[in-house]
Amino acid sequence: MIELDQLAVRSGDFEMSGISLAIPEGAYAVLMGGTGQGKTTILEAICGLRAVTSGRVVLNGDDVTRRRPADRSVGYVPQDLGLFPTMTVRGHFEFALKVRRTPRARIAERVSELAGVLGIERLLDRTMRGLSGGESQRVALGRALSFRPRILVMDEPLNALDEATRDRLCELLRTIQRETGLTTLHVTHSRTEARSLADRLYIIDSGRLTERPLTELAP
Amino acid sequence: MTPPRAVPPPHRAGSDVPFLVVMGGLGGSYVVLIVALLAADLAFTSPGHFAEALRKPEIQAAIELTLVSCTVSALLSVWVATPLGYLLSRFAFRGRWLVDTIIDIPVVLPPLVIGLSLLILFHLPLGGTNLEELIQRRLGFRVTYAEPAVVLAQFAVACAFAVQTMRVTFDQIDARPEQVALTLGCRRSQAFLHVALPQAWRGIVAATTIAWARSLGEFGPILVFAGATRMRTEVLSTTVFLELSVGQLEAAVAVSLMMVLAAMGVLGVVRLAGARVAR
Repeated sequence: MIELDQLAVRSGDFEMSGISLAIPEGAYAVLMGGTGQGKTTILEAICGLRAVTSGRVVLNGDDVTRRRPADRSVGYVPQDLGLFPTMTVRGHFEFALKVRRTPRARIAERVSELAGVLGIERLLDRTMRGLSGGESQRVALGRALSFRPRILVMDEPLNALDEATRDRLCELLRTIQRETGLTTLHVTHSRTEARSLADRLYIIDSGRLTERPLTELAP
Repeated sequence: MTPPRAVPPPHRAGSDVPFLVVMGGLGGSYVVLIVALLAADLAFTSPGHFAEALRKPEIQAAIELTLVSCTVSALLSVWVATPLGYLLSRFAFRGRWLVDTIIDIPVVLPPLVIGLSLLILFHLPLGGTNLEELIQRRLGFRVTYAEPAVVLAQFAVACAFAVQTMRVTFDQIDARPEQVALTLGCRRSQAFLHVALPQAWRGIVAATTIAWARSLGEFGPILVFAGATRMRTEVLSTTVFLELSVGQLEAAVAVSLMMVLAAMGVLGVVRLAGARVAR
């Protein structure tokens, strides 16, 4: 469950306040809104990458407002993906598990499981150079899921992909979410994407975040 | 019927040659100057001068001290510059501008002043003693007018250049992957060691070589702080000065050319590392 309670964030000239939402456990929430409305800022506040000036971030019942990103266990796929340029795909999947000192055999098991689910077994020993957009997205997604977080936040993860790849990845996201019961917050501009994924719809406009009925997405 | 309108002549932009000649002429003059300097040195000296210079025990000792001191000061510089460059690049802390300005002081200050300041620092009365005496008593070695002074004088200037290089290096490395690493459960140290540092190796190579080259060229601060005692604190830059001062122009030129070769070797390493260095 993701709860934001009267959240206020300030960075430079940008300021937003009074942001509240409650995404129930296991729901797939989509957040939409125009450019510069603060969608990314909200995700960063959930991950702990952006200090909040007031209000609370509560994840699965824990108030994590003052906790460091490392101690929040939120899977994060940023808009620019933030892949590790010096690592292989396997390195990405192993990273969070190595940090957690997971036994080697369990890491290997998890890596092949992720590669299987994401359909990138043959890419495991490749570096980031030369991966296609869709492949890079899968790596970023696999890395975020590797340590089995209960919360996943994604910032326009399917942007800049061709339509076929986007459809395939939408399907993949839906499957993963159904099977793992992850509470997901997905930021997007695309109504098509929102239609095929959302259980819950949030819109941010002029600094106000509101929940809207899914019927607003009807074509 | 109206008469057909006159068609204007098609536009022609004219030649780019004058522009390229002026730019090439102005820019090329500097390249010509450097080549002329080196050519003059080469014309002045001969393999015989080289061999003679290399046979002198003072010059052999100077070569050895130069190689050791430059390497030690370059390694020290990078050891310090990597964390400092990272902090300045990644953290917007209060007073960062002040740290930035302080680090630039050795870059803009005449090197001689750095040497003088080092000398004063080590001999400033400090509760009945001074830093030099304290080090001699506690650690058992001399600094001023000894080998450690050579390294310290080189380090004091070279490190500033290494910091600039490392700062630019980390500025050019996207911070996002490190942020993601934090969300994956890393401490900042782990994100630095496993994500940022492996991307910075070209910058580290560049910073090391730049610090090495700066150390090689250091003269003023070494003269003031370490002296120019033959067989003891003489490095190649002081050799040139000492040989000149006793009228041994041929030896001075031969040693200068050795330094040119060493500097070109270092620059070659920088180019090979492909590092984009701001200065």
